[in-house]
Amino acid sequence: MNHVLDYYNYWIVVFLMMSGFYIVISANNLVKKIVGLNIFQTSVFMLYISMGKVSGGTAPIVVEGVTQYSNPLPHVLILTAIVVGVATTAVGLSLIVRIKRAYGTVEENEFENKDDAI
Amino acid sequence: MAEFIDLVLLAMLAITALRIIFLKDLFAVVMLFGIYSFLSALIFVSLDAVDVAFTEASVGAGISTVLMLGTLALTGRTEKENQHSSLLPLVVVVVTGAALIYGTLDMPPFGAADNPIHEHVAPRYIEESPKEVGLPNMVTSVLASYRGFDTMGETVVVFSAAIGVLSLLGVRRRKENESAESGLMEHRVLHVIAKLVIPMIILFALYVQFHGDFGPGGGFQAGVIAAAAFILYSLVFGLPRAFAVVSPTVLRYLAAFGVLLYAGVGVVSMLKGGHFLDYNVLAANPISGQHYGIIIIELGVGITVFAVMLSIFYAFGSQAERSDIK
Repeated sequence: MNHVLDYYNYWIVVFLMMSGFYIVISANNLVKKIVGLNIFQTSVFMLYISMGKVSGGTAPIVVEGVTQYSNPLPHVLILTAIVVGVATTAVGLSLIVRIKRAYGTVEENEFENKDDAI
Repeated sequence: MAEFIDLVLLAMLAITALRIIFLKDLFAVVMLFGIYSFLSALIFVSLDAVDVAFTEASVGAGISTVLMLGTLALTGRTEKENQHSSLLPLVVVVVTGAALIYGTLDMPPFGAADNPIHEHVAPRYIEESPKEVGLPNMVTSVLASYRGFDTMGETVVVFSAAIGVLSLLGVRRRKENESAESGLMEHRVLHVIAKLVIPMIILFALYVQFHGDFGPGGGFQAGVIAAAAFILYSLVFGLPRAFAVVSPTVLRYLAAFGVLLYAGVGVVSMLKGGHFLDYNVLAANPISGQHYGIIIIELGVGITVFAVMLSIFYAFGSQAERSDIK
């Protein structure tokens, strides 16, 4: 049981990462692909934050009498990554809107043979 | 107890992700993705990453969901049946997953205090940053001071994303029938509630912005929360009225202004004889110099993030509005 608890977070991370990956490679709809990419991305966030956790530690904000803090560095990296992530997601979504306008569809198999439509 | 909560939340996260794979209704997919983001925010809280949880809740569950719904309004809400065989992707995913699981067995156990990740720069941040930077929130110290270059780069990335979206979509203003039926004009309850809630959201955003040095929060979160207030306004009252409050042109200047404010602090610290973004020289006392520096760059980050998020929403919103989707 202890062994499972030691790795449980990482296994869930792998599961989420693979779910996201599966959606990205199997879905036809581009919006769903973006959702898959976001799930993939969140799993990486989860991996970093899990690594930063110290058992018995607390949030890295100084409090009298507390000596054990969780690692602040992954928090910083992931905090900015989330905001950058939504910004890039927005660029992806606007590309999808343009694809819809040019091809009339966002299903990948329907526009892949229509290269000369533009 | 904490482990138990962790266990349950992570299991719920996995179930949500699994459900997303098989759903064909994209509206439901996007809603589930919002739930997924909220669940991850809860897990971040239980893993002590309060600042991250804050960001994930406002960005993942708020802004991303709105943007995806805006895209769905333009592209249609059902995914068509897939003709491809799903066997090959499944094999690829299972093989990759098995390799990764095998890899995790080499990871140090979760939560142990002597893991390699906790032994290099982290102790210095934890022990020295309250003295060197003088802020209780170590995440803010590291974000704004020790890794100030990095954060500036990220602010620039956010800014360039806005340039990308605006050049791909652009913000369309409608000239005629200004009164347009956009927004939820029929719903009086929504109007009253929105009017009550929006000032509080903005007030909260300001609190998060300026209290970020002491508690969880900071420019990134505050910018997103403030943008959410204006997004709510334009959803309920319609884009034309939102344009009258904050016009897209003003937002463009604001986005650039935030980045310039950030870089300006660096230039001032160079003129005062220090390195780029070395706040110690900004005031006679290094600690108050750090305070000034951090407050100003956090403000720059907040302004840029606010302006970028709102312009991106304007770009999507004005597309959807034009195509007259009921």
